[in-house]
Amino acid sequence: MNIVVCVKQVPDTATERKLKSDDKTLDREAADGVLNELDEYAVEEALRLKEAHGGEVTVLTMGPAKATDTIRKALAMGADKAVHLCDDALHGSDALSTSYALAQVLKKIGFDLVILGSESTDARTGVLAAMLAERLGVPQLTLANKVEVNGSAITIQRLTDYGFDKVEASLPAVVSVVEKINEPRYPSFKGIMAAKKKPVETLGIADAEIAADQVGLANAWSEVVEFAAAPPRAAGTVVKDEGDGGVKIAEFLASKKFI
Amino acid sequence: MAEVLVLVEHVEGEVKKVTLELLTLARQLGAPSAVWAGPGYSEAAKAKLAEYGAEKVYVADGEEITGYVVAPKVALLAKLIGEKSPAGVLIAATPEGKEIAGRLAVRTDSGVITDAVGLGEGFVAEQSIFGGAINVRSRVTKGTPIIAVRPNATAPVAAQGAAAEERVEVALSDADKAARIVERVAQEKGARPELTEAAIVVAGGRGVGSAEGFGIIEKLADSLGGAVGASRAATDAGWYPHQFQVGQTGKTVSPQLYIAAGISGAIQHRAGMQTSKTIVVINKDPEAPIFEIADFGVVGDLHKVVPQLIEEIEKRK
Ligand SMILES: Cc1cc2nc3c(=O)[nH]c(=O)nc-3n(C[C@H](O)[C@H](O)[C@H](O)COP(=O)(O)OP(=O)(O)OC[C@H]3O[C@@H](n4cnc5c(N)ncnc54)[C@H](O)[C@@H]3O)c2cc1C
Ligand SMILES: Cc1cc2nc3c(=O)[nH]c(=O)nc-3n(C[C@H](O)[C@H](O)[C@H](O)COP(=O)(O)OP(=O)(O)OC[C@H]3O[C@@H](n4cnc5c(N)ncnc54)[C@H](O)[C@@H]3O)c2cc1C
Repeated sequence: MNIVVCVKQVPDTATERKLKSDDKTLDREAADGVLNELDEYAVEEALRLKEAHGGEVTVLTMGPAKATDTIRKALAMGADKAVHLCDDALHGSDALSTSYALAQVLKKIGFDLVILGSESTDARTGVLAAMLAERLGVPQLTLANKVEVNGSAITIQRLTDYGFDKVEASLPAVVSVVEKINEPRYPSFKGIMAAKKKPVETLGIADAEIAADQVGLANAWSEVVEFAAAPPRAAGTVVKDEGDGGVKIAEFLASKKFI
Repeated sequence: MAEVLVLVEHVEGEVKKVTLELLTLARQLGAPSAVWAGPGYSEAAKAKLAEYGAEKVYVADGEEITGYVVAPKVALLAKLIGEKSPAGVLIAATPEGKEIAGRLAVRTDSGVITDAVGLGEGFVAEQSIFGGAINVRSRVTKGTPIIAVRPNATAPVAAQGAAAEERVEVALSDADKAARIVERVAQEKGARPELTEAAIVVAGGRGVGSAEGFGIIEKLADSLGGAVGASRAATDAGWYPHQFQVGQTGKTVSPQLYIAAGISGAIQHRAGMQTSKTIVVINKDPEAPIFEIADFGVVGDLHKVVPQLIEEIEKRK
């Protein structure tokens, strides 16, 4: 089975994340880039499927040159090779452009299964897997907390408000996984060493037949009008419990008309 | 006045509160048209939509619409965009709602904004990003604005609409039917309001200590008529079911009142509750980061503070 895992480099959630004042895009220099935490579950699921059914796991990322660190981490976990879509023309792409660009690469490299995380920790749109299914014309098997492949048949449990749906489809398909699905492995020392030698193919937009007028900040389908630091929450009152903590809260709730 | 499509969220035939919020927002932007997808439509549902200002109600209540993942609802909305040229489309920013919005954007060559916490003239949306650190105003520049709006972004206000009913037939393509739902498994649902819709949420974390410990969290929620939430530490420990997890990988809530008991306030937790209007914290560690966003906090043992609070609320009733 030919499995492609889409991974994104995101600013570390533990650091202060910023937008740039000039073009209002994410300031990637301000914070350390890390593998989107939720994509580790996607990589893990791909590796487990490969272990069970054979095949190959390719990591695909679209991002600036420094996104190679992210690729190395996924390779160190055990992915076989990587494709890095890297081109200045892609800077500032919105979800529409990103899904278009990734779909073009996927068409070029081919796949039986594409696996994504359920959302990124920076933009958090949670739309990419659905958009890829639409663009590629293949089944959307998203928000999965369980994936089973049997020949060309694939079944998932899709998390819903009320519990879950059992969903059936045939390969090829796009899957997104939630973090309840598995426990991602830590890269071993051997894995980290091996990752240094694994092939990483770098593509520009022309290589993947991506039209320049469909990507990048200037061609986006949406724009940031303005942004500002959230006004700090008015400093609250914090009291020490002197045996009357519950009463104090009740008084506060009453003052706000909650009780 | 141009139409604004509002995709109706409903469960067991009942219109959810978030839809009434979306209708309220839509009234400021045009003439709201409710779009009902899937079985369960009734006169009562129609009356509810009318009460909150729906001028039209498009109904596609066949089984097929909910028999496949997301795509049929996309087909329905895309058809209406093609025929009615609405000024915009509003969808609840639930995980599925966002997926519908995203696919619809691709299908209709339109821009999409997800997780709007406010919406104003020209469909300019407000987003609260990076765990609430930055407020952004953004807008769609191509196609029909498709906006996924967070529950509790506004308070629902009633205003009678005509609710003229129109049946819609959608032809689904093979690709729309590619992911077939073969079984729906409902997990137990109590009498409490739904987590994402609730005006009051009482959440417990590792500090609660055990599954039994959640008894007082539930009791507090019930005394306030609220929902129960939990941190990931609590759901991972198996003290409370996963579907009640609040945060980055759980539900995003934005209630009037959020009470956090025994929760430290990790960035991943805050990402799911930071836009709550009022935040009350109970934690024994004065250094816990959750105090930074508290409107009112008590440094103390929740096993003492919460029972006293419940008692005090009951006294005041
Ligand atoms: C704060 C912020 C808000 C934004 N809001 C919007 C918006 O409302 N509308 C809009 O159109 N755009 C928006 N964008 C742009 C958006 O971030 C990019 O289009 C992004 O590349 C895709 O969105 P996401 O990260 O939210 O993807 P999600 O759909 O949340 O990510 C799901 C999965 O897709 C995969 N994935 C995502 N990006 C890549 C990538 N570059 N390479 C490989 N795999 C990837 C990963 O597996 C990831 O887990 C926003 C950006 C920021 C920084
Ligand atoms: C990919 C990823 C996704 C994640 N998604 C989520 C998510 O969706 N939601 C989420 O919540 N977390 C999420 N997390 C986990 C998050 O980082 C934290 O680990 C988690 O929120 C901690 O939960 P907690 O605050 O209950 O526990 P802790 O951080 O252990 O805090 C417990 C708190 O309880 C206090 N306490 C202890 N005993 C008492 C007592 N008797 N009385 C009063 N206070 C007491 C302590 O002082 C402490 O502050 C995610 C992490 C990752 C890596």
